[in-house]
This record gives sequence, C-alpha cells and structure tokens, in this order.
Amino acid sequence: MLTVEKLEKQFVSHVLNGKEILGFSPVSFSVPQATALGLSGPSGTGKSSVLKCIYRTYVASAGTIRYHSGAGDWVDLTLLPENELLRLRRAEMGYVAQFLSVLPRVSAVDTVAEPLLADGVPREEARDRARRLLARLGIERSLHDAYPATFSGGEKQRVNLARAVIRPPRLLLLDEPTASLDPGSLQVVLDLLLELKAAGTTLVAIFHDRSIMDRLMDAVYRMPEKGGETGQLATRTSSHET
Amino acid sequence: MSRPARAGAPADWRDGLPPGRDGYSFAFLDAGAKREIRRRILKAVAIPGCQVPFGSREMPIARGWGTGGLQLTLALIGPEDVLKVIDQGADDSVNAVSIRRFVQRVTGVRTTTDTPAATLIQTRHRIPEEPLRPHQILVFQVPIPEPLRLVEPSEKETRRMHAEADYSRMWLYLYEDIVTYGEITIGARYPVLVNRRHLMDPSPIPRWDVERLDRNPALMLFCAGREKRIYALPPHTLVEPLQFEDVPFRVESFAGRRCRRCGSARSFLDEAIDEATGRRSYACSDAAFCEKVRKAGGRTAPEPEEGGP
Amino acid sequence: MTLPPPIVQVRGLTRRFGTGCPACPELTGPAAETNQCPRCRSVTACREVSFELHSGEVLGIVGESGSGKSTVVRLLHFDLAPTAGEYRLNLNGAAAAGLPWLEPGQNLFELGPHQRRQLRNRLMGIVYQNPLLGLRLKVTAGGNIAERLLMAGWRRVERMRERAADLLARTEVPVERMDELPRHFSGGMQQRVQIAKALSTDPAVLLLDEVTTGLDVSVQARVLDLIRSLQRELQIATIVVSHDLGVIRMLTTRTLVMRYGGIVEQGLSDQILEDPQHPYTQLLVNSTL
Repeated sequence: MLTVEKLEKQFVSHVLNGKEILGFSPVSFSVPQATALGLSGPSGTGKSSVLKCIYRTYVASAGTIRYHSGAGDWVDLTLLPENELLRLRRAEMGYVAQFLSVLPRVSAVDTVAEPLLADGVPREEARDRARRLLARLGIERSLHDAYPATFSGGEKQRVNLARAVIRPPRLLLLDEPTASLDPGSLQVVLDLLLELKAAGTTLVAIFHDRSIMDRLMDAVYRMPEKGGETGQLATRTSSHET
Repeated sequence: MSRPARAGAPADWRDGLPPGRDGYSFAFLDAGAKREIRRRILKAVAIPGCQVPFGSREMPIARGWGTGGLQLTLALIGPEDVLKVIDQGADDSVNAVSIRRFVQRVTGVRTTTDTPAATLIQTRHRIPEEPLRPHQILVFQVPIPEPLRLVEPSEKETRRMHAEADYSRMWLYLYEDIVTYGEITIGARYPVLVNRRHLMDPSPIPRWDVERLDRNPALMLFCAGREKRIYALPPHTLVEPLQFEDVPFRVESFAGRRCRRCGSARSFLDEAIDEATGRRSYACSDAAFCEKVRKAGGRTAPEPEEGGP
Repeated sequence: MTLPPPIVQVRGLTRRFGTGCPACPELTGPAAETNQCPRCRSVTACREVSFELHSGEVLGIVGESGSGKSTVVRLLHFDLAPTAGEYRLNLNGAAAAGLPWLEPGQNLFELGPHQRRQLRNRLMGIVYQNPLLGLRLKVTAGGNIAERLLMAGWRRVERMRERAADLLARTEVPVERMDELPRHFSGGMQQRVQIAKALSTDPAVLLLDEVTTGLDVSVQARVLDLIRSLQRELQIATIVVSHDLGVIRMLTTRTLVMRYGGIVEQGLSDQILEDPQHPYTQLLVNSTL
C-alpha cells in the first residue's frame, strides 16, 4: 500500500551559506494495507523526517514514495501535484505530530469535529461524535469546550490524535503520539489504534515505548545510521498476540 | 404682433428668413451657431437622455439665467412659431418676460401665454399643466445637467458610469435616503431613467411633473448653457423615475388643498404664507392655466386656508 | 483520479510601470534582485506569474512589501490593467448565470470594462488592508453591502436589508449598527464590514489583501478566526495576501512566495514553513521564528 524506495533527505541551508545538513540516509521499506510499521533508531537518525516526507511537509531530495490511493491507482507522493496531494490528505491521510499543532482559539470539541464538518457532517452530529471520542480518550467533559492551548501535554496529544482519527484515515502517520501519556491513557490509545488497523487503516509510526511497538507493529524498520549507507533492515516481530 | 410678410421673399431675406432688426441676424445667433446647435439637438434626439456637449455661446443675459434654453429656442425658432416662456409656471416673472421680449425682438414672432396655442415653449422648472400636443416643443433651462453629480464629483467617472449604465451609486443614494429619513427626500431634479438606458436629470421640475415626462407626445429638449450640454426626450419616450419595488415613487401630495384663485385641486400648487397673519394659502403654480380655469368659471370651492404655522 | 478543473487559472501575469525596454526581463526579477530596470527605470511590479486556484482552496501569497503580491491581487480584481497575461475562470452553471456573454475559457483581461465590472461584482469579493479602498465611509454599513446588491440588480429595499443584516450577523458586526457610518467603527469592525460586503453576492473567488495588517493583535486574531470559520462554512476559493507567515499558516493550504515581482517558490503551506527551499523563503521563515 505504501512503498518507499531509496528515499533521501538533505537540508540545504542558504542562511548558513549553502551548508548541507543530512536529514536521513537512503530509506526503503514497504507497508501492506492494514498493517503497522514502526520506525526505530536512535534520535537524530531522521525518523520524524521520513514521516514528514511521506506527508509532504518535507520535500524529498531523492527517491520515491509510492502510495496506493483509495481511488485504486499508484501515485508517487513526492511528485503528485499539490492540489491532488491536498485532496489525499483531506480524504485519506492522517498525521499526528509530536508537538501540538492545533489551532488557537478553537475549542477541543471543535478541533476534533472539524474534519467531519469539512466532510459535510451536520454540526451537531459532528460535535457529538467528537465528544464521544474525546471521552473515550479520557478527556474530561469539562475540558471539551476549553481551548487545547491550556491543556497538559498528554491532553493535547490525545486531542491531536482524536482529530486525526475521528474520520478513520487509510494511512495514519504517528510521530510519538504517546510520549506524555500515563499508562491508563496509553492502553486506551493502543486499543483505538488496534481497532483502526483491524478496520483497514495502514500505520507508519514512531513510538518510544517498546511495549507499544511490540503490541501494535507488524514490522519495524530500523533507520540507517547517518552517513553510513548500510544498516537498513526490516524485521518482522510476532504481533497480534494482544 | 404683426408677422413679417413672406410673400415673394424680399431681396433682403437670407436663408429663406427675414433679417432681424438692428442689424442682427434673424434670431440673434449666427448661421454657424444655429447649425451646430441643431446638429447637437439631432444627436441628442437620436440618443434619448444622453448628454451631448456643444459650444455654448455668450448671450446677452448672464450664464445661469437661461442661456441654455435661450440658445435652443433661438436655434429652433422660425417666423411662424408662436412662443410661450414661463418661469416656474409664471408667464409674467421678470426672467420669463425678459427672455420673451428678447426673442420677440430678434425674430418678430408671435407670443402667447396659452399653452395649446404655443408651438415652442421655453420653461424654467415646470411643465405646463395643460397637456402638450404632438409637434409642440418644450425647451427646459437646466442648471446642472449631470444627474450623477450628486454622488460623484469627477466628470470622467460620471461619463464612465453612463457609458456602462452603472447607476448603482445613484440607487445607493436613494437607499441611504430611505434608511436615514424613511423616504426619498429628493424634491426637484428627481433622477429618471430614459428608455431603460440613460439616467437623466429632468431639470429642477417638481416630482409632480416627472411622471408627465413619460411618453409625452411633445418633443422635450434640455440645455445647460453654463455646463454646455444638450439632451432630449423625443415624443413618446419611456421615462421612469428611479424607484424601488417596495418603495414606489410618489409625487407631491396636496391632499384636500385647492388653488385659492381658481379652486383647482388637480394642479401643482405653490404655498404662500401671509407674513402679517401667518396664514398659509395655496395657488396654482401655472398662472396661465389658473387664469383659464377662472375665466371658465371653474372656481367653485371656497378659498382653502389653514391656521398659522 | 481526476479532479475538477481549477476555478482560477493565471498565466504569465505581468505588470510593468513605466515605458519598459527590451532589457527589462533580463535586468529585473528575483535573479536580478531588483524590480526596477537600471536602463529604463521602469518597475516590473510582477512578472510571469502563473498559478491555479481550485474550488474551496485557500492560496497564500507571501512576500515583503514591493514583492508584487498586492499587485497580483489588484490585477485579478481588475483594479489595475496587466501589461501581459491570461486570466481564466472555470465556473459552474450557477455562478455563470447572469453573465450570459461569458464564454468558457475566455481570457478575462480581454473583456470590456463594463463586462469586467459586472463580473467583478458578481463573482469576486475583495477585502483590502485599508478600509478606505473597500468601503464608502460616508455610506452606512448596510448601504455598503446594498451597493453591490444594487449593482447586481436588486430592487427591493427590505430584501437588501435582510441580506445585509444576515451578512453583518455572520461577520459579527452588531446588526443594530447597520445604519451607522463605518467611519465611526473600530478598525476591526471596519474589516468585518468589508468582509460582509465582499461576501454579499456569494462570490466565486475571495481576495484578501493584508486584511489584518495594522490591527491590534487581539483584533487580528478575531478577524482571522472569522475568516477561518467563514472559509469552512462557505468553501469559497480564496487568495490570501500577507507578509505575515502566521496568517499564512492559519488560513492557507498552499502558498506562493514572491520576491521582486516573481514567484521564487511555491508549495504546500506547511512545507513552505517547515522545509523552505529557496534562500529567500528560508530567510523569511528564519526571520519570524
């Protein structure tokens, strides 16, 4: 469903007189539909950058990212015209950043409901569904109408996640969405992600928590060391025992 | 008033017309001026409501006192015409008398105060009460020919608006009037749309007269001497006051009032306040019409009077 | 996957102020790092600008003053005439109704002034940085909205007032102030009246030219929130011109970066902000963070 081949990223900083900064060494992996791939490796090996390249927040320097879209054809996400990529993002991609990227002065429930509204779901129904999802993720009802900017780190992350999955995407990119979660919340998030996967969502994710990696991932891709061209490996773990 | 004899075309006639007195050419204007003005009139008639520029001449009266109307009258009048001149309905005001005398002096035409008897009527700010007939010409004196001047000072911009028939600014003015005062406050100079195309200033006639412009059988010509513009309403031209569907155009109301002289309740009335007593009274603005009604014994109702202010 | 054609197509949009000379294209633009030709002193305010705007899309144009971004918007609104360029609209039936003379695929810059004015009134809304450009300050707030409706042929006072009240309510202007003059309004409220006016004829394209520049920060935020919620509700294809990357981040999905009259970079807005490619964009992004 997603095949990354010889993907590379270099940042060229013109502010620093054209200094080149390596984002990551060539990366290749493939993810079948309705499976989860974990990206692992020490910090600084460019795991987040890979996700951003897939989402096109970063421009890839070389390589291809072939994606089997919901319409049934293979497209290269590095070359797809912007408006078509935007349509894919709206229709079938979800991305949860490590840091909160919600909009200012929008309540938690409206933040989460927005993708549904954009889809034409009536306002009241959309907000109702958003409230239920927030409640399931352990966000207190009293916080639903507050601005997420005032939330704790863990609450913000769950709002972000809720927004990304309220309309289950075909491809979900997760960049450490559980870093600030307590064990209870962690379990809820894990259950939710397993449900999504069972329903057909493909995941590419970065988790620091080993246990989540073990329980959610069908495969783990170990990032190549920087500069070291070698060292790319895809492993299968035994999952599905949850 | 004796008319010049035409039999046998005497030797001193030029262009089929007799010489005027005192060495002036017939009707004061030289042949070149007449030709230009007539051509402009033709153009104005061809594009009803559209302002046509012309080279306004110096006249022996001051600009702003009817030089535009006078030039049209002089360019059009022939020895067989019968002239009537009114000023706000009155034949005997100083302005009307002066213009009538002047035209008569330079043409020798007959004059009248009787509307149906006139072939050419020069007017300031009124249309005679008696209906006009085909082949009559009504010449209006116009102070400000541009109806859009009220909303737009730039001539370049008003010309563009006419060219594109973009009259939204005028409509906006009417909307603002309604919102601010509850009604349209324009009294005289109510803007009209001619032939569903050109917005036209009908000169400062009261609203009462605006509806009488519409499909009138007479030829109506307008001229502003100071602003150097001629425009025209050919006979039977469609003329509509700007009005909203839910706020229709209304004429002045004289509900229950009558002329104190002739008793008419169907004419445009002027209000007069007696300074000594403070009493208001009303009289026909069209003096000749009033006189006619009186002579015909039309005065029946008692003189309507109102209390002090 | 086939997407509908873009609503707006702009090709080779160029506007030069001055006589121009054969050397202008060579000696001006991003590469020459000036927009004034050293030979003939003509200023090329924008050059060879091409882009597309899709249905419901919000496109940002970012750049410093003098980059030509406002010139582009004014050309698209027919406030200025271009030196060269093509400008096409692909409209659905409803939007094209009332403009029967508009041929599909017609270059709008070839239309006559009267047609351009009609097209602008029916299909375009603009909000300027300076309310003086977009509003008549001596005409009531409701009258400002009515003017566009009048131009579109509305002739019922009550219906125009209902429409104006509805738009003012949506743009969070107290409806009881409808019959007041905007010159007595605060800057933020003037902008909201401008937005209401821009939306009055249900435009197909909305142009926002530095709408929040010069407003207090808290007022800016309210105006931006309003635009965002209207955007979500109405899905009007919009061009947002701003020098403020915060505005670009909040409102747009795709962005053009302009400098010296030319486009130096274009991409998804988050990509422009997080992974700028062109040296100038990097400078711009680094300057704000």
